[in-house]
Amino acid sequence: MPAGIRTLDLRKIYNSAPPAAAIGGFAMLPFRSKPKRAGRPNIIALDGITLEIRAGEIFGLLGPNGAGKSTTVGVLTTRVRPTSGRAWVGPHEVWKEPVAAKRLIGVVPQRPNLDFALKAREILLFHGAYFGQGARERAERASKLLALFKLEDRAGDFVRGFSGGMMQRLSIARAMMHDPEVLFLDEPSAGLDPQTRLLLWDIVRDYNRGGKTVLLTTHNMEEADALCGRIAIIDHGRIIAIGTPEELKQSIPGGHVVRLKFRAPAPVLMEKMKEFAGVREVRPSDGLGADLYADRGGPLVAEIAAAAAAAGVDISDIHISEPSLETLFLHHTGRSLRD
Amino acid sequence: MSKTFFAMLARDWHVARRNSIALMLQTLLQPMLLVFVFGNIMTGSGMIARTYKNILLPGVMAMSMVLTGVQAVAMPLIAEFQFTHEIEDRLLAPMRIGWLAVEKVVAGMLQSLVAGAVVALSAWLLLGTSVRLDFGHPLELAVVALLVALAAGAGGLTLGCSVGQTQIGLMFTLVIAPMIFFGCAYYPWASLAPHPFLQKAVLVNPLVYASEGLRGILSPEVAHLPAAAVIGALSLFDVVLLGAGLFRFHRKAIS
Repeated sequence: MPAGIRTLDLRKIYNSAPPAAAIGGFAMLPFRSKPKRAGRPNIIALDGITLEIRAGEIFGLLGPNGAGKSTTVGVLTTRVRPTSGRAWVGPHEVWKEPVAAKRLIGVVPQRPNLDFALKAREILLFHGAYFGQGARERAERASKLLALFKLEDRAGDFVRGFSGGMMQRLSIARAMMHDPEVLFLDEPSAGLDPQTRLLLWDIVRDYNRGGKTVLLTTHNMEEADALCGRIAIIDHGRIIAIGTPEELKQSIPGGHVVRLKFRAPAPVLMEKMKEFAGVREVRPSDGLGADLYADRGGPLVAEIAAAAAAAGVDISDIHISEPSLETLFLHHTGRSLRD
Repeated sequence: MSKTFFAMLARDWHVARRNSIALMLQTLLQPMLLVFVFGNIMTGSGMIARTYKNILLPGVMAMSMVLTGVQAVAMPLIAEFQFTHEIEDRLLAPMRIGWLAVEKVVAGMLQSLVAGAVVALSAWLLLGTSVRLDFGHPLELAVVALLVALAAGAGGLTLGCSVGQTQIGLMFTLVIAPMIFFGCAYYPWASLAPHPFLQKAVLVNPLVYASEGLRGILSPEVAHLPAAAVIGALSLFDVVLLGAGLFRFHRKAIS
């Protein structure tokens, strides 16, 4: 039976350094510490996440490192206990019926966590056994998945010597071994070469065609755009926008963004630029800069340069972004995804 | 649940069997060197009385059981929780995660029991005919061996979920080494009588009850703690260590 995902006002506050397990990328978590007791920072990882992911859709959580993507996945996969709020996978409330929820999910972690004591094929076979599959079913599925992920010739090897891409492929094969209704992929293409990434995308789409729900986290715009039916943009533990990639892109005023940096503050120029044809919004950005939201990009540059020269402003950098999830992220947070 | 549990036990069995030669060497080498030096060379040269063999053998058996059980559970847990994260796949299996900790303890118990049997047999062969063991109480032997194995496995769980990867060396220096030397493996507890404070203090060491318990059954002629005290204390250690281990395991597994 196809299963969706639902969360209601999930909050997670760490009052000690969050452990690295299952929640990679925390090194860059923005520390908003409100010390209750000296030396014990409260780190707000999730700040009220409410989501509804329909059965059978590919849903993306897009955000920078430390935004709360992996913590959200951790809560939904029984590895991170939320401070408050509720979460469901299919009909099961994750923190009341963890075993039933675990039956429905397959998880591909951000860091490979393959069993180094086992050979590649054995990893799949034992995983099947953990989920109660019979010997024959296990063997058949393992062979099928090893072929699908082009790992047949290394099936009898220990995984210690595998490349990052091979480990990642085997992790995904393992997650699919018990044919879960919901597949979680945490930064699935981090560290993959472009060719393997395309293979991965094809496999995820195929899996979804069988009616399965996929939740993936990424900070790669292209990936979210290529795979996801809907996307939630997440930052500082909050959802800041949600919708189809098209809807989200259309929500940017004008669509294009011109990012400028000046050598000295330029208040006169900022006012002047608001009057240019097609400019919807001019926003100051971190100190000596401005983001122009407009319905055109390149053609504006000449006007900006002329106005800057007239105002005696020295422009040190100029960058034009086409409509994309990147510009969307910028619009909502004032930061680039890669900052 | 039971299918998952036994599949995990099968996984541990599979891995242990694959490493069986290394495991055997690891289990046997040190106790055999010890038995040879103290049981053969020292008694053979008359520096130690021949009856010392009867004191040494059950002690070495207890030590091997405890060390093997602790290491079999603790070492993989330390690595899997902190470094390789290998355990995550099993944490996501459809079973309450407490059962995974129990499975680890059961696997450690089995290894501990095998180690005890193998070491006792090898030491008996090495020491020759002059060692006299009493096998008149098989049921009591089984009960004490099981309680010792459980204490070792549960102790391994507690240590494995409490010690950081960088502190493994420290764990051996600060926990394991004193435990062995003050564990009454090489001498009966009664011989600590001239040091009354020490004699009381070592009673917090589970190895004391393991050594004394096995000695009381296999070499009853040597002065030993009463069986009831041994069984009572070992049961208490089992409960406390298992409880503490399960608590620590949950803390490690869920953030």
